[in-house]
Amino acid sequence: MNNLAILPIILPLLASVIVAFIPKKLNIVRKLSQIFTVVFLIIVGYIFWKVFANGPITLQGGGWDAPFGITFIADYLSILLVLTTYIIATAAVFYAPYSLSDKQEMFYFYTFFFLLISGISGAFLTGDLFNLFVFFEVLLMASYGLIVLGNGKVQLRESLKYVLINVFSSMLFVTTVAFIYSLVGTLNMAHIAERVEAVPAEQQGILTAVGILLFFVFAVKAAIFPLYYWLPNSYVVPNPVVSALFGALLTKVGIYSIFRVYTLIFVQDTGITHQLFIWLAMLTMIFGVIGALSTNNVKLIITYNIIPAIGFILMGIGLYSEEGLAGSTYYLIHDMIIKAALFLLIGALVVAAGTKDLSKMSGVIQRFPLLGWLFFIGSLVLAGIPPFSGFIGKLLLLQGSLGQGEVLLTIIALLSSLLILLSMMRIFVRGFWGEKMEGMTTNPRKVHALTIPAVFLIALSIFLGVCAEYVLPYVETISNYLLDRTEYISSVLKG
Amino acid sequence: MKQPNDLILRTTTHLIAFILLGFSIYLFFAGHNAPGGGFIGGLMTSAAFILMYMTYGYDKIKKILPINFRMVAVTGLLVAVLSGLGSFVFQEPFLSHTSGYFEIPLLGEKHLATAMLFDLGVYLVVVGVTLTIILSITTDSGDEFNKDTGVS
Repeated sequence: MNNLAILPIILPLLASVIVAFIPKKLNIVRKLSQIFTVVFLIIVGYIFWKVFANGPITLQGGGWDAPFGITFIADYLSILLVLTTYIIATAAVFYAPYSLSDKQEMFYFYTFFFLLISGISGAFLTGDLFNLFVFFEVLLMASYGLIVLGNGKVQLRESLKYVLINVFSSMLFVTTVAFIYSLVGTLNMAHIAERVEAVPAEQQGILTAVGILLFFVFAVKAAIFPLYYWLPNSYVVPNPVVSALFGALLTKVGIYSIFRVYTLIFVQDTGITHQLFIWLAMLTMIFGVIGALSTNNVKLIITYNIIPAIGFILMGIGLYSEEGLAGSTYYLIHDMIIKAALFLLIGALVVAAGTKDLSKMSGVIQRFPLLGWLFFIGSLVLAGIPPFSGFIGKLLLLQGSLGQGEVLLTIIALLSSLLILLSMMRIFVRGFWGEKMEGMTTNPRKVHALTIPAVFLIALSIFLGVCAEYVLPYVETISNYLLDRTEYISSVLKG
Repeated sequence: MKQPNDLILRTTTHLIAFILLGFSIYLFFAGHNAPGGGFIGGLMTSAAFILMYMTYGYDKIKKILPINFRMVAVTGLLVAVLSGLGSFVFQEPFLSHTSGYFEIPLLGEKHLATAMLFDLGVYLVVVGVTLTIILSITTDSGDEFNKDTGVS
């Protein structure tokens, strides 16, 4: 049944409505949300299996055939990302009750949470450029709700910036969509991909210009140099569970859109667009990692580490080769999981140490060994030490970039990996090692409860790395699929 | 306390509120193939409610209409989502729409469409959201709102 393609969007929407009926009955809401998320995860797992067994599932909304109706397409890349989203959501929903205060949870946290998942799944699954905009708005609305949760003064200031930058980029998005519509006369992505080939030679320049404009829209969302300045502060201020959702999922929606649009639509002038990506990827890596080394706030270190990861993923898209795209896909999945895990662990660390300041922390591992070692493994995974998952993704990317003679890119990527490791080891050496500090938490059970959901994510991350041979065939299917646009186009426009 | 002299407002509200409510329902049903629909109908209904709040005061209307408007919005959302889920039962693509002509007692033959169920959801959401926003602004610094959620 084709309706499977819409389930990852509609189920969390339904869940968000159901939990909105009883915001104050926290015990029921928590249990319900946990049950919902686990059930949804199983359903999405089934859809994932189905897509990889039988090929992409396309749904034409209301039975109106593409390009007239609204298309939803669960293809290999999008369903893999949806599955990862649900895995992270499952960890987050078990973490939330211990991390948030009762008041924050009552303030419709779970409703916003499910709406966010619904919007993100929608952005992954839609096959229509305008609907991509709509789902961006859905997930942004939910994220506005989540970012102000707790209403501190700093939080209000940062969320105001966050709202402003997003409203501006959404405006630019609609403008660009209008440009594209005036050029090719359609907004269905498969149909655009078909039509851009027929654009006359004298209009190719305009098409590339529009392509770059669209890139900047997504670059704001994905936090690519020079448009990442809004990210660190606005991701640091909310509760750790919200930061984990934002850091693991929101920027990745931006990078997914770049993935989709620059492998499907704008591939005529790769000399300009994809070369631009490679340069921006280098700058993003350098500036992100400098940011991570510049601060003593543990949460800010992790937040800054989002940025070089985006650089790595962009690098593979810029290379636009089989290895590059496979590396990017792998790295994308790896980064979503490990970022969520690290944010959750940092939340636990801050509770354990009672401070965010690294210079005031020491010896946390003596009281919380599990937290310490999980964090250590997490750092190794993030930096890309073999045999963990970061290594596999980086290996593919570096092979791709060396294969195309991008020596400078390779050197910068290696160097920034090293600096990422340094920034993470600073937390480990100074925060976890050393003399047992004064003023550690008096509530160790809360720390343990906060650590458990991260165990699940770290274990998955180790699985991704150690059992790479089971994962790589999927990633290779995706990269071949992305390079050959005909399968996407024919699965949408077959009717 | 000095009573404001608002005889004209009170007298006209008696009349206009009813007309507004009736017209909003007309607009809601007209929506399928004429100007109107759930959104504009909902706005009209909330306009009628707000006029009543302005004329008779917050406390009095709260007593007559003990409705939690946030629940109205949530119910509307549920109706809208469920109206889409009907397509799963009939094995049709999501958001499929169907319509037909039915004989209704007193009203005669009428054209009914499943899109109306979705529109009903929109109508409830608009009424709920508009009134929640306006009432939390008017009841000064959101006291009423905070009392309801237990958040200060």
